[in-house]
Amino acid sequence: MSDPASNAGVSEKREVSRRDFLAKIGILLNVLAALILATPVIGYLMSPILRGERGRYKRWVALGRVTDFPEGQTRFAEFHNPISSPWDGATDKTPCWVRRVQGEQFQVFAVNCAHLGCPVRWFPQSGLFMCPCHGGVYYRDGSRASGPPPRGLFQYEYKVENGELSIHAGQLPTLSTTASLRRRRGGCEG
Amino acid sequence: MRRLEKIADWFNQRLQIGQEVRAIAGHPVPSKSASWWYVFGSASLTIFIVQVFTGIMLALIYVPSAGDAWNSLQYLNHGVTLGWFLRAVHGWGSNFMVAVVLIHMCQVFLFGAYKFPRELTWIVGVFLLLMTLGMAFTGQVLRFDQDAYWGLGIGASIMGRVPLIGGWLVHLMLGGPILAGDTLSRFFALHVFVIPGLLIGFVGLHLLLVLKLGINDWPMPGRIVRRSTYLKEYHELTRKDGMPFVPQAIWKDMFFSAMIIVSIMVCAALFGPFGPTGVPDPTIVQTVPKPDLPFLWLYAVLSLLPPEMETPVLLIGPVLAIAFLIWLPFISGEGEKSWLRRPVAVVTLALIAVSLVTLTRLAMHSPWSPVMYAWSGDPVPVGMLQGRTPLERQGALVFQGKQCRNCHSIGGSGGKRGPALDTVGTTLTYDQLVRQVIQGGGNMPAFGKNLTPAETTALVSFLQTLRPPGRLPAKNASRAVVMEQEGSSPKPNTR
Repeated sequence: MSDPASNAGVSEKREVSRRDFLAKIGILLNVLAALILATPVIGYLMSPILRGERGRYKRWVALGRVTDFPEGQTRFAEFHNPISSPWDGATDKTPCWVRRVQGEQFQVFAVNCAHLGCPVRWFPQSGLFMCPCHGGVYYRDGSRASGPPPRGLFQYEYKVENGELSIHAGQLPTLSTTASLRRRRGGCEG
Repeated sequence: MRRLEKIADWFNQRLQIGQEVRAIAGHPVPSKSASWWYVFGSASLTIFIVQVFTGIMLALIYVPSAGDAWNSLQYLNHGVTLGWFLRAVHGWGSNFMVAVVLIHMCQVFLFGAYKFPRELTWIVGVFLLLMTLGMAFTGQVLRFDQDAYWGLGIGASIMGRVPLIGGWLVHLMLGGPILAGDTLSRFFALHVFVIPGLLIGFVGLHLLLVLKLGINDWPMPGRIVRRSTYLKEYHELTRKDGMPFVPQAIWKDMFFSAMIIVSIMVCAALFGPFGPTGVPDPTIVQTVPKPDLPFLWLYAVLSLLPPEMETPVLLIGPVLAIAFLIWLPFISGEGEKSWLRRPVAVVTLALIAVSLVTLTRLAMHSPWSPVMYAWSGDPVPVGMLQGRTPLERQGALVFQGKQCRNCHSIGGSGGKRGPALDTVGTTLTYDQLVRQVIQGGGNMPAFGKNLTPAETTALVSFLQTLRPPGRLPAKNASRAVVMEQEGSSPKPNTR
């Protein structure tokens, strides 16, 4: 055994570095725990995206009898959104414009303007949809007539079964979340 | 008095912060900075405290549920004693806070206070401005009425314009497929927990920086900020010409803050609370949604931009604006502080201010929106029908019935989307009118499919009569020349 003083110094040095090491382990453990905790939190936050993957927000919704919609006319219709919760109040009611072209040929338009989503109104006298917000105007077939909209009105896919009109609906239509819809890019066909 | 001192001593023996507090309160400020121009920051803080306080009061009653929020607001307005007043104070407080924060920012910009060493103070302030605007927007959402509902729809539509991940962003913002219960709940969490929490933290940081670095000295033309010498010069200034913040400078802050609180209360008492407007029922499409005052300018921008520029401006514009604000202290961290020597800064600020005010004014009238009820609400002025032929009067009927009035005004009433038609007979010829009506163009829909030939003839005949007295209808001069030539030509006239 050599100088006790220097020995003590070494052991003290060792002790400090051991504590340093443990402190580092401690930090690492907490980072790990935080990461593990963050995973379910992020999953929880992403829920609105994950639940809607692969079109799971969309269902077939009945709008009414075909005979409710006179040929050649555009009528207002509403439905309850297929995905809703009891505390939605009136907000799960969704309006749409149904144009019966002829026979079983329909066009069902979302009310949301393709520009920024305000509710368009149908004016049968002039055969135009007009938007109250930024002045978008559409023709009776939903194609863009004037104003800022980059495309025609959003349309729902529809089907007629046993004399009943149904649409494939379920999410707010925007330029990247179409009402359900044939994904037609940019065009004015609606 | 002695008893109070004793109590204070008891606390200080345990807390041991008396010295620090005294040092902070008495920190020296340059005497010229103890000015009425330096009161807007403290006023912003005062309003924020009022907002926190009234916000907690409202949360005692408000129900953050899409099904009940609107009813709980009605209950606040009409069922709870002075509920309307607290709502009004919170609503007016919001407008005042946005205004005072903006004024504070302009003052700081003009006085060059963002320059060395206060760059970080400015950057934190930029985030405080963004959070203030975030509070204003989320607050508008919590007032869950038709404006809130469709305003959120506009927010979602803007998200939907983001390339690639737009759809995800829409669902993330809405909390689900549509704008409903989950949407309001998450905006409640943002407005009540997330943003205020961040705000409190950032306000603390902002204040700490002000205390550590000292208040900006009054800008003197020619007194140049240099990184190497500024701190020494500033300390010299406060040593020679400084005064303790408390009590010699603070009284102006206190006077102004008190005046602002009183102003908010006067506005609240006189003008009352904001809304709620109609029930947030999406099937009520007979609505004309408008954003709150701080966002009206944006509403105008969205209406006036050419469609192809909209998405880039919407998505890139805010990023550039925020990046510029954060970058500002790094590109001009040194140099002149005085507005007298910074013409570009002054002109830029004036330009932005004039633009915002103009756009806000425009958005109050929203000339780009069709007036949805003009066609059935405003009769054609009698003077425009007198002495007209039956065909022309029939045209006036077509004019009303086909909703031309929603976009075109005559006799001073109607939409302003298209040009006023009071004198259209002098500017467009018969043929040009027919073409314009049938084919549309220049932002007018084509009416060809919606007008019979007889209706078109009647309508255009009526439009031709819209001229000031004594003026002839517009005619195509070249056509007259052609006809003349045809007439004088040796060929037999085929007409």
